[in-house]
Amino acid sequence: MHVRDLMGEAVAGMLARPMRSALTTLGTVLGITTLVVTLGVAATAGNQIIGRFDALVATAITVEVPESEHTPLVEWDAIDRLTPLRGVESAAAVAESRDSSNLSVRSNDIVDPTRVTRQSLTVLAATTGLPEAARGRMVQGRFYDTGHIRRGDRVAVIGDQAARALGVTRLDRSPAIFIGKHAYTVIGILGDLRRERDLSTAVIVPPTAGRQFGLRDVTRVLVNTSLGAAGLIAGQAPAALSPGNGDMLQVVAPPGPTRARDQAQDDVNALFLILGLVSLVVGAVGIANVTLVTVMERVPEIGLRRALGAARRHIAAQFLLESTLIGLTGGVIGASLGVVTVVAVSAAKQWTPLLDVRLAIAAPIAGAVVGLLAGLYPALRAAGMEPVDALR
Amino acid sequence: MAEPVIELTEVCREFPARPPVRALDRVTLKVDRGDYVAVAGPSGSGKSTLLNVLGLLDRPSSGSYRLDGAETTTLRDGARTRLRGDRIGFVFQSFHLLSHRSVVENVMLAEIYRGRTGARNVPARSGTTKKGRGGRRARAMAALERVGVAHRAGFLPGLMSGGERQRAAIARALLGEPSLLLCDEPTGNLDSRNTEAVLDLFDELRGQGLTIVVITHEQEVGARAERRVRITDGVLVEEG
Repeated sequence: MHVRDLMGEAVAGMLARPMRSALTTLGTVLGITTLVVTLGVAATAGNQIIGRFDALVATAITVEVPESEHTPLVEWDAIDRLTPLRGVESAAAVAESRDSSNLSVRSNDIVDPTRVTRQSLTVLAATTGLPEAARGRMVQGRFYDTGHIRRGDRVAVIGDQAARALGVTRLDRSPAIFIGKHAYTVIGILGDLRRERDLSTAVIVPPTAGRQFGLRDVTRVLVNTSLGAAGLIAGQAPAALSPGNGDMLQVVAPPGPTRARDQAQDDVNALFLILGLVSLVVGAVGIANVTLVTVMERVPEIGLRRALGAARRHIAAQFLLESTLIGLTGGVIGASLGVVTVVAVSAAKQWTPLLDVRLAIAAPIAGAVVGLLAGLYPALRAAGMEPVDALR
Repeated sequence: MAEPVIELTEVCREFPARPPVRALDRVTLKVDRGDYVAVAGPSGSGKSTLLNVLGLLDRPSSGSYRLDGAETTTLRDGARTRLRGDRIGFVFQSFHLLSHRSVVENVMLAEIYRGRTGARNVPARSGTTKKGRGGRRARAMAALERVGVAHRAGFLPGLMSGGERQRAAIARALLGEPSLLLCDEPTGNLDSRNTEAVLDLFDELRGQGLTIVVITHEQEVGARAERRVRITDGVLVEEG
């Protein structure tokens, strides 16, 4: 029997009962659509999460500056050599010390036994680029500038949580806080921090003022880069910050695609994959049922074909091919619907649709395989019929 | 002398039961090329079993069956299937036309399982050539022409009369020029006018040298055959 004849007979058999074939196909259509949509939407949504995750993490560099007994490894003005580097978006030098991490800070000099007015807060010194480097914003007031630093003004910026703790709600009357015995004018409240969130409970003072608390030398440099520049900047920053001693600085560069992230994405995909496969199995059971019923209905036709010289394998091949074609048709329609749905969902959510081309190709093949497997038992039943019984 | 198309020798067919049912009892029958034989008998006499054995749809329990000179009882299932497809044309009482295929497509169906070499130990038919797929429709049309329903080629069987449908079924049986036309109650579903038309067609085909074996319980059909055999309780008896 010629393959084209076999194909022709299978197509004719499928089209003989178009409504039934269409309804049978529906099971695979739903299964494959679910599979493509779940995997496609999972990949697309995952890509959005990863994109945001990466934007925050993949562009953040921290340069740790070890203590030096003699001259500081990084001068306060070294930051001016770093910011011109192509790819650096913001940077700030910070000085912290163990001694300054738990200083007594209060909002006025009056002792009020009914209220807690004294707080233990971290005091640190930083350069003017800190709000941007910490990816925060000034909730009220402003950050100090180079003028404040140069003049040695006793001004401070406090984190938003520190402000709440100290009862500082307004800045229009230039409130003061006392760090130890030294009064400082609060000129700004820093909040909405997406990096260095500890700063929300800190008091930030200019480097010139920080010396009073032992904050002489830069201990850390926070750098934000443009996307993709982190690796380059991580290599260049030590030399820019400390020419000649760059190798003594420790650069904490953003991690690559983390295992944890991949694991999370894999878990999500596995869940969706199981859902899609369950749908597909339901479709397969539908095909198997209908094909079996069809075989039973077509017993006289099987007898006729055997009488005309069809071997058992011809009968089996025809029914297998019919169920495979039903599965393939379902797969093609399902894959198309799935891709359209993924694109539609992405358009509605303003996401970039992300669909593996292999999935779009594999989905119809999966449909065909489902049809093939589902048709196996009915086809064997058909092939096993004796022509005498089938013609009776 | 030409070899007989059918040569049954002491053929028995038993079905397992308590006691076993012997549907064919030492049947011996020789049908020469061009013979027109009617097998008559009451219901349950073994007519259908004989047709099944002759059509290679069933195996005898014992005895010998030579078709076109080839012993068939020793052939494996695949070889019997090939031999059946190549050498035997079937005409059934209920036509067995596929309702969703046109008449010409139904006739063409007879050829799709052919075109292979004959079974081992089976002599090739003289004058046969391996035929390609290309001329299949033309050959089907010629077969329909031969039985007088070429004008219905594009029709679905459901839109035709019983007589026309049986003629289409005969055209299908004739495609590929079989050695033997096996007919099982071919006029059982036809009215008298269509019965007459089909019997006329058999006369015509017999005149063209085709070997025909008709299983029937209708006396009118048996009367038209040149040879009549009667089967009763599995025993075959030649009638005058």
